[in-house]
Amino acid sequence: HTHLNYKLGLTLQNRTSEALTPAAAARDEFQEELVIRPLHSGDIYASFQFRTLWDTDFLQEGQKVSHYRLFPKSLGQVLSKFSVRELHISFTQGFWRTMQWGQPFIPSPPGAELWVWFHDTVSDVDGNWKELTNVLSGIFCASLNFIDLTNTVQPSASFKPLGLGNATDHRFLRYATLPREIVCTENLTPWKKLLPCGSKAGLAVLLKSEKLFHSSFHSQAVHIRPVCQDEQCTSKAWELRQTLNVVFDLYTAGQGKKEWSLFKMFSRTLTEACPLATSSKVYVDITDNPELSPATPLLSQAVVLGDRRTYSVFDLTRAETFGQLRSLNLLLRWKGDGEMLRPLLHAERYVAGFGLQTGEIHTVIYNNHPYRAFPVLLMDSVPWYLQLYIHTLTVTSKSRDNKPSYIHYQPAKDRHRPHLLEMLIQLPPHSMTEVTVQFERALLKWTEYTPDPNHGFYVGSSVVSALVPSMVAMNTNFTQDQPLFSSFVPVKEESSYFVRVYTEPLLVNLPTPDFSMPYNVICLTCTVVAVGYGSFYNLLTRTFQVDEPSLPLAKRLANLIRRIRGVPLLT
Amino acid sequence: MDYYNLLTTCAFIHLLVSIPYAYSNYVENKAGQFFSSGHTNNWAVLVCTSRFWFNYRHVANTLSVYRSVKRLGIPDSHIVLMLADDMACNYRNPKPATVFSHKNMELNVYGDDVEVDYRGYEVTVENFLRVLTGRLPPSTPRSKRLLSDDRSNILIYLTGHGGNGFLKFQDSEEISNMELADAFEQMWQKRRYNELLFIIDTCQGASMYERFYSPNLMALASSQVGEDSLSHQPDLAIGVHLMDKYTFYLLEFLEEVHPASQANMNDLFKVCPQSQCVSTPGHRTDLFQRNPGSVLITDFFGSVLLHDMKQLVADVSSQKPKQKDWHPPDGFILGLWTLILLVFFQTYGIKHLKHIF
Repeated sequence: HTHLNYKLGLTLQNRTSEALTPAAAARDEFQEELVIRPLHSGDIYASFQFRTLWDTDFLQEGQKVSHYRLFPKSLGQVLSKFSVRELHISFTQGFWRTMQWGQPFIPSPPGAELWVWFHDTVSDVDGNWKELTNVLSGIFCASLNFIDLTNTVQPSASFKPLGLGNATDHRFLRYATLPREIVCTENLTPWKKLLPCGSKAGLAVLLKSEKLFHSSFHSQAVHIRPVCQDEQCTSKAWELRQTLNVVFDLYTAGQGKKEWSLFKMFSRTLTEACPLATSSKVYVDITDNPELSPATPLLSQAVVLGDRRTYSVFDLTRAETFGQLRSLNLLLRWKGDGEMLRPLLHAERYVAGFGLQTGEIHTVIYNNHPYRAFPVLLMDSVPWYLQLYIHTLTVTSKSRDNKPSYIHYQPAKDRHRPHLLEMLIQLPPHSMTEVTVQFERALLKWTEYTPDPNHGFYVGSSVVSALVPSMVAMNTNFTQDQPLFSSFVPVKEESSYFVRVYTEPLLVNLPTPDFSMPYNVICLTCTVVAVGYGSFYNLLTRTFQVDEPSLPLAKRLANLIRRIRGVPLLT
Repeated sequence: MDYYNLLTTCAFIHLLVSIPYAYSNYVENKAGQFFSSGHTNNWAVLVCTSRFWFNYRHVANTLSVYRSVKRLGIPDSHIVLMLADDMACNYRNPKPATVFSHKNMELNVYGDDVEVDYRGYEVTVENFLRVLTGRLPPSTPRSKRLLSDDRSNILIYLTGHGGNGFLKFQDSEEISNMELADAFEQMWQKRRYNELLFIIDTCQGASMYERFYSPNLMALASSQVGEDSLSHQPDLAIGVHLMDKYTFYLLEFLEEVHPASQANMNDLFKVCPQSQCVSTPGHRTDLFQRNPGSVLITDFFGSVLLHDMKQLVADVSSQKPKQKDWHPPDGFILGLWTLILLVFFQTYGIKHLKHIF
């Protein structure tokens, strides 16, 4: 009787919820994609993207979203509680070598990076930011709670929203990076649990930590932003993209042969698509004519990162892709003796100088375009304990002074705020531009040192953002069937594409005290006091008395008898 | 004679009637035993306090206890795992994303499904004490909190470098045995545990439980005061010692335990005798109210799961007599025959026994 009532109640509830929100029920879709790109150096680059599109409004007043299907509930609750408009978080192990590997589909700096655009209704952005970092540290098992005001900046121009939004008020933007953050299986586990199929079906079965972390570069990220559903932007939706980029090394994982297969890379093969996915595809870059088996007739061309590339497409939602063995194992073999397309924009950074008092940060930006000049936006966030002397800032291109057209500088405040330097620099064609600034190292308080201070202190990567002129016309049309890797960054015009390059993080040694000194001082002082003062005290106050030695018992008894007899005693 | 007869018949009738009561007593005892430990949920706080690559074995120690505890049923949401350094994805690890406990890379205790709650610089004495006492800042996420109540059994495992009366955290600070005892007293006063098992694997570990004074605490240590705990074996491919001796044998012991196992604390005290461990493991049970022989290993390392309850109910219901056809209780027939024989001999005398035999 009660069981029947419960069932009835449930159906009534479903009907009423449908009546109130006819669109909120199941208008979410999930797509997954894997792009495999053989690199010129013999390494292989695999890029996973998992996208969930959801037609709902987290930030709507009065109506709380409570029914989650494909969109993970933990992230949805975070978005509505903290009024987040855009969230980008990435965890990276290794450094992306632009000159050897080209440009990545989704760039990320080493360590952890988090940047968030809050909604303009938020009154206390800093408070929301602090709580948001704590919640995310619990979700991703990372030490994101170390993000506080001493390493957070508000870039004014470098990090424009990637989704919808006209707000250019950078008071609602927060950016922080933790270069020291380690990425390991404990970060991959919760990341995989956010996927609708988990790691049980679809492309995510390939994500095995033992192979993924045995690589030159591993980066996993979560990007959440509002997007347009169609060309005219009549309806908006929330997009969650989970991306994982990994580069397997030729020698450590590939045994020195330019011959790769899915099994060699991931120790797994694909057996089925995720049942909840509307599209599940594998793209293999065959522009340089590698040998690919099993062959497939499906080809697709896409212009991505300023280059027209040809891809073989494997559609996992079709059963014939898997063949008779019901498993798909791609084999790729290539010679790689041709010329690689030189990346047009590249940046490096290093610390010059000697000693533990001063130093100089050099940032070098290369423009490899033969005849076009273009502007780049350089953003530097330096912690307060490297005190920059901005009057020594020089920007030189081709050994001539190059004055930036826009400079936004916010000086650091000790223990409160880091330095923020943003400059718009015009790079001449085929040139190297060098930005140098001198700094002085601060002496930290005794408790501010980490448990391993002799390792050094990290300075986060510089970010170089630019619209690079493209050799090939970019596709500005908006189509729903675009592969995910080409639709990550919105393309506004045909003649250029957006590129973000991260430099190396810096490792600087601060003047480190010898932490064993208090112990040494105590030992030394106590020894001096004991030996010096103690001897002196003894000399002054000690007196000597003659003491009769006590005889053993036998002799004492003998003496007793001798005394009675009147005979001389023993000594 | 008649009086004697009456007495014996009464005795037999009493016996016959009391047999079904004995059965229900047995059932009640079994149910009582299930609830005698008094706990309804299990928590574990596993801490590795050492940093740097050459302390690989401390991380392997903690991860092997984590693995056993997960295998025996405690979920990740009830485990607070604190690792002071990352060994699995350390650049010196020849096999990334793995932490081995046995040489020749037999057992990977890191696994594929691990959630570390406090890692790196977050593992400090302050954070550890705050987790124990529950005095964390309000923005701390749930996975980093010890949300135990007065019906929780908590397992606390510490490993690292220690000395007489202290345990070193990350080579820069220490926790003393008095601080630990006070933290447990705070937990007792705030009703944050029902029973607590404290295991420590460091040099001179027994000094850390000397100062406990709160009730319901049981403690084990890998070595006595004045003794060093030794590491087990190095792996030449990885280049460091993989495990400490005490935790290695503890892991071997726990691998034999399954969720329904009846192994008790006395078996745990016997783990790693001096012949194997070189140091003498110690334990302290004077603050614990129950007899260690009646405390199951799974009371601390495992988890109280619903299916155990269902199993108990199934046991109890299978022992009740079936309602369909009624049989006289066992022993009734035997008692009846003894009564008949007694009456017969009474009447006819013993000398007629020879007629029967």
